[in-house]
Amino acid sequence: MATLQNIEVGDSAARSAQAAAEFQDLQGEKMVLNMGPSHPATHGVLRIVLELDGEVITKADPDVGYLHRGDEKIAENMTYTQFIPYTDRLDYLAPLANNVAYVLAVEKLLGIEKNLPPRCQYIRVMCCELARISSHLLGLGAFAMDTGAVTVFLLTFTEREKIYDLAEAASGARLTTSYTRIGGLARDIPPTWCAQVKRFCDEFEVSLAESETLLTRNRIWVDRLRDLAVVSKEMAIDYGLSGPNLRGSGVDWDLRKNQPYLCYPDLQFDVALGSVGDCYDRYLVRMEEMRQSVRILRQCLDQIPGGWANDAHEPVCVADGKITLPPKAKVLSSMEELIHQFMLVTEGANCPPGEVYFGHENPKGELGFFIHSRGGGVPYRLKIRGPSFINLSLLGELLPGCMISDVPVVLGSLDFVMGESDR
Amino acid sequence: MTTPEAATAIKAKFGDLISEPTEFRGEVSLKISDAEKIADICQFAKSIGFNYLVDISSVDNYGADPRWSVVYLLRAIVNGTEIRLKTDVSEEKSELPSVVGVWRTANWHEREIYDLMGIRFRDHPDLRRILMWEGYPYHPLRKDFPLAGKPTDLPGVAFTRVTPMVGGPFVTVAGGNDSIAREPRVRIPEDEEVELNARGEARGDNQEMRGQTFGPGPIEKKLP
Repeated sequence: MATLQNIEVGDSAARSAQAAAEFQDLQGEKMVLNMGPSHPATHGVLRIVLELDGEVITKADPDVGYLHRGDEKIAENMTYTQFIPYTDRLDYLAPLANNVAYVLAVEKLLGIEKNLPPRCQYIRVMCCELARISSHLLGLGAFAMDTGAVTVFLLTFTEREKIYDLAEAASGARLTTSYTRIGGLARDIPPTWCAQVKRFCDEFEVSLAESETLLTRNRIWVDRLRDLAVVSKEMAIDYGLSGPNLRGSGVDWDLRKNQPYLCYPDLQFDVALGSVGDCYDRYLVRMEEMRQSVRILRQCLDQIPGGWANDAHEPVCVADGKITLPPKAKVLSSMEELIHQFMLVTEGANCPPGEVYFGHENPKGELGFFIHSRGGGVPYRLKIRGPSFINLSLLGELLPGCMISDVPVVLGSLDFVMGESDR
Repeated sequence: MTTPEAATAIKAKFGDLISEPTEFRGEVSLKISDAEKIADICQFAKSIGFNYLVDISSVDNYGADPRWSVVYLLRAIVNGTEIRLKTDVSEEKSELPSVVGVWRTANWHEREIYDLMGIRFRDHPDLRRILMWEGYPYHPLRKDFPLAGKPTDLPGVAFTRVTPMVGGPFVTVAGGNDSIAREPRVRIPEDEEVELNARGEARGDNQEMRGQTFGPGPIEKKLP
């Protein structure tokens, strides 16, 4: 005996719409791609979660923190001087510049940044500019290699090697330099150092020109960079960009000019500015900055107080026993120096309570240290403003609309380093 | 506009909310008594020229009330005028308005403070952890968090399942024979060396693994 059964069909259009919403992922319209954290083009441990529509990026979510070591927490548990080696590991492509930036912040807290001996200031400026060249060279070499021009990488690394030799001659270490001290430098430069720097400048200018002939008018290079990832002036300021990325967008802001420190007011140099704000402009700004750095280096070589060999024994540290370590020979023979040495090593330089911020024009941008001091030799809170961290926050805005093959180009043009971003 | 002018302008607009400006090492700070007003004050500061947010920091005044201080450093990128705004937040509340609507760079600064210090920012579009991983239970920059860290329930290694290759001939195990001993691809003519090779004693650098073999068996000696 057959029975009758009603079957509810419902609104078929609504059902198909619901099914389409449920199975959207399966229809292959959007794909999520994890780029990194160990991808050759991310220059470290940056992970970007990309949402793709075909080859076009529709959403990008940068994920940082893989290199977080808790530098700010560590700083609260040691004296100001003990933290200097940790600054080597922030932007590990320019440790000399980090050393200078950090001690300048502590010196600002102590109120002695204007009393630094002139020779110390010139040596610090030379260190900063060498670090800038070194950092830009790596940025350029890796940028070019990711875009397919491997030769430039070989050229720039040959030159970087010479800068490492210079760092080694001055500080004893190639990478972890820790060359500065609060109130001065760890030691004076060796007598032959300036001649070495001069030879480097001569050779570097030739090499840079060679790199430039390989890239600047190279049709492939220009086609891949031009009009890609344009950052407008307003956007650059709104996102807090700094350094070459800010200037690439045409914002005339260079802390060496606008808030001068050390002996930069005595030196002649130009600030390179971009006009469009695309990847090509950022590349051009970095190239020009390297040439200006050589210009600064040459002026420093001419003007350095005490001359190349420092026969007159110009000091490189402030003469204050409560801030800088006394000469070792005196420590072993004189009571007062022994006490100073003991107090500085065990408790650190006695800083006044207060809050200071010092921003330094690092190769990657404005490296800032905010120190909240409650007196004594240990910071109560040390905040590091890593320029790469802030430059990377732009990625979520910059990448959507680009092709997947443009990602290495955009990352290379932003030139970040994760040691500083993750701290 | 110079920094004192800017401080006067902000004080004129918001009155008693703003303390007298204090100066230290040439840097001017204004203290804001009500943290709820920080977004409005920042909006006004932007309208008088402070278009660049340099940094947001946080301080843990452990043992004092209010426990948190949040510090904003503002800059006018045209002429370089800078001013610092400070405000306090109590531990029970641990929340204040976000300034992402004023400067978009505040997004990651506020995420970092939320992550490391545990202060929440209301109306933040995407308040997630940024440096520590999602699900981490502590806020490590707090003064009551020990420098050595704390153990968590989460496994220390993200991926705990063994890879399918473990146990195979091309996988080096910690404490096991190295690949030269495991994979006798180099033909060694002497009889005893063939034996040794198969038993993993060729290198002699790992005594406790002696006798155990990994990978394929000994090379068969070919008869001439």
